[in-house]
Amino acid sequence: MDARYAVRRHRNTAAAAMAFAATALGLGWLVLILGSLLWHGFSGLSLSVFTEMTPPPAAAGGLLNPIVGSLIVTVIAVVIGTPIGILAGTYMAEYGRHDKLSSVVRFINDILLSAPSIVVGLFIYQVMVAPMGHFSGWAGGVALAVLVIPVVVRTTEDMLTLVPNSLREAATSIGLPRSLSITRICYRAARAGMVTGVLLAVARISGETAPLLFTSLNNQFWSLNVNAPMASLPVVIFQFALSPYTEWQSLAWTGALIITLAVLVLSISARALVPTGKQS
Amino acid sequence: MVDVALQQGSVVSAAGAKRAKVLDRLRLGDVVFHGLTRSAAIGVLLLLSGVIVSLVWGSLPAFRKFGFGFLVSEQWNPVTDDFGGLAAIYGTLVTSFIAMLIAVPVGLLIAFFLTELCPQWLRRPIGIAIELLAGIPSIIYGIWGLFIFAPVLQATLQPFLIDTLGNVPVLAPLFSGPPFGIGMLTGGLILAIMVLPFVASISRDVFEAVPVVLKEAAYGVGCTTWEVVRNVVLPYARVGVIGGIMLALGRALGETMAVTFVIGNAHRISTSLLAPGTTISAAIANEFTEAVGDLYTSALIELGLILFVITFIVLAIARYLLMRIERRIG
Repeated sequence: MDARYAVRRHRNTAAAAMAFAATALGLGWLVLILGSLLWHGFSGLSLSVFTEMTPPPAAAGGLLNPIVGSLIVTVIAVVIGTPIGILAGTYMAEYGRHDKLSSVVRFINDILLSAPSIVVGLFIYQVMVAPMGHFSGWAGGVALAVLVIPVVVRTTEDMLTLVPNSLREAATSIGLPRSLSITRICYRAARAGMVTGVLLAVARISGETAPLLFTSLNNQFWSLNVNAPMASLPVVIFQFALSPYTEWQSLAWTGALIITLAVLVLSISARALVPTGKQS
Repeated sequence: MVDVALQQGSVVSAAGAKRAKVLDRLRLGDVVFHGLTRSAAIGVLLLLSGVIVSLVWGSLPAFRKFGFGFLVSEQWNPVTDDFGGLAAIYGTLVTSFIAMLIAVPVGLLIAFFLTELCPQWLRRPIGIAIELLAGIPSIIYGIWGLFIFAPVLQATLQPFLIDTLGNVPVLAPLFSGPPFGIGMLTGGLILAIMVLPFVASISRDVFEAVPVVLKEAAYGVGCTTWEVVRNVVLPYARVGVIGGIMLALGRALGETMAVTFVIGNAHRISTSLLAPGTTISAAIANEFTEAVGDLYTSALIELGLILFVITFIVLAIARYLLMRIERRIG
């Protein structure tokens, strides 16, 4: 009896030790990745990164055009993706909470949420780049919008579902039509959560590379023309990191650091907006 | 109600007429808003069908030329326009398999730690840290894997594997050849790090959903913590855990940038895991913009279609399982 109990206890200790080690491993990776990013990225971080264009091979320069390009493409994506996402999420939470269409959309949306982003790039290439005959910032923005939509749909629906029904009843009882009770009352009640959704979506797309590779392509030069190929930070990192030039590689690290910091700030502020910490 | 107000208002006076107009506008707004939201919801469906249709359309030329032979041919020769997807499909499956082999046990152990062992005040910070790991863009994993991880593997883990497992009869072919640093194994390991947070956070959520009375009862009859997790929590949370694993698998299969940096981009199937290979997404990312000729492009799109079909099935199963769990909880 005693010996068997000892075995069980040892087994328990061993399992606990492994669980502890696994957690340490997970946290260790985070520290390792962030650490090496800071180490390599900070050494290249200077004012010229934000004021100069991407350099030709083996020369010094900055990342101004890809940073601006990334911002433009992200804005396009958010402007296109957010309204569609919010409207679709609104339908699912307000009008058709239990109908067939909503459950199908919910299922499909969840699949879109984790669908491979490179396939989205292929899709936009087929429907925009090929017919237009050239790569463009528009195509990149639309490709990212396709990634924004499912995130926003999901959070909008979740947040509107959390709005207490008594609010809707109160709005209806004073004679507000449904559309107004949704836009004036429910949206207001769910605002923090919906903003969180948009922030999470921006965090998600700001590091996306695959869908931009053959939609907005890249641009070595300063360009604000969204109808032409446009540089973006992730694509430039991809190109520079795989190059043999140390100047380019160090710029790639710096770019990686900028993206990571942006994403971390976005996702931490998204978390701060929803104090319960419940996220999809 | 609105109707009553409308009829009365329109008869009574000028103020009533004005009121009727407002109500009419409101009613119109209602219909428009309903229609807008509904079409946005349908738009999401169209988006998915659009993806499928465009991929099928784009891959038609390659499909006409190679038929189902595309799936079993290892040839990938842009010069002679002879394409087969087997090497890329093989690479995708193998790297994802390696990733799951590592991420699943480690992720489950993290969930075990977070739900049963971790002091209460530490749970939230550690949970958030693990989720931040999930938020890091994949290109960061890629650049990190290429410059930091691969050289370290080349100097340590890979020679070690060659010296030890490389001499074990059955495993020897898997660990033969020189240590390149980059290759299938490195790709799989990077993927493991990437999907680990998904497995861990979903498992934690379903572990937490296990009714406390069940666990208390098990503790009450004298189970150790490990026995409670092994015999009560895991069986109860089984469906959700499998759903989480499938979700992570879906991510691993479709992941592009992290793998592209470290896979080596060689369109061939090597028995050795240390050798360079390619995956579907890496092949598309590397070659698509440089693909000359319709057939080359079409072959890459067909690869994309195959990837989409595989991930769609995996994700659909995942969502189905997780939906079952949600229904049971909520």
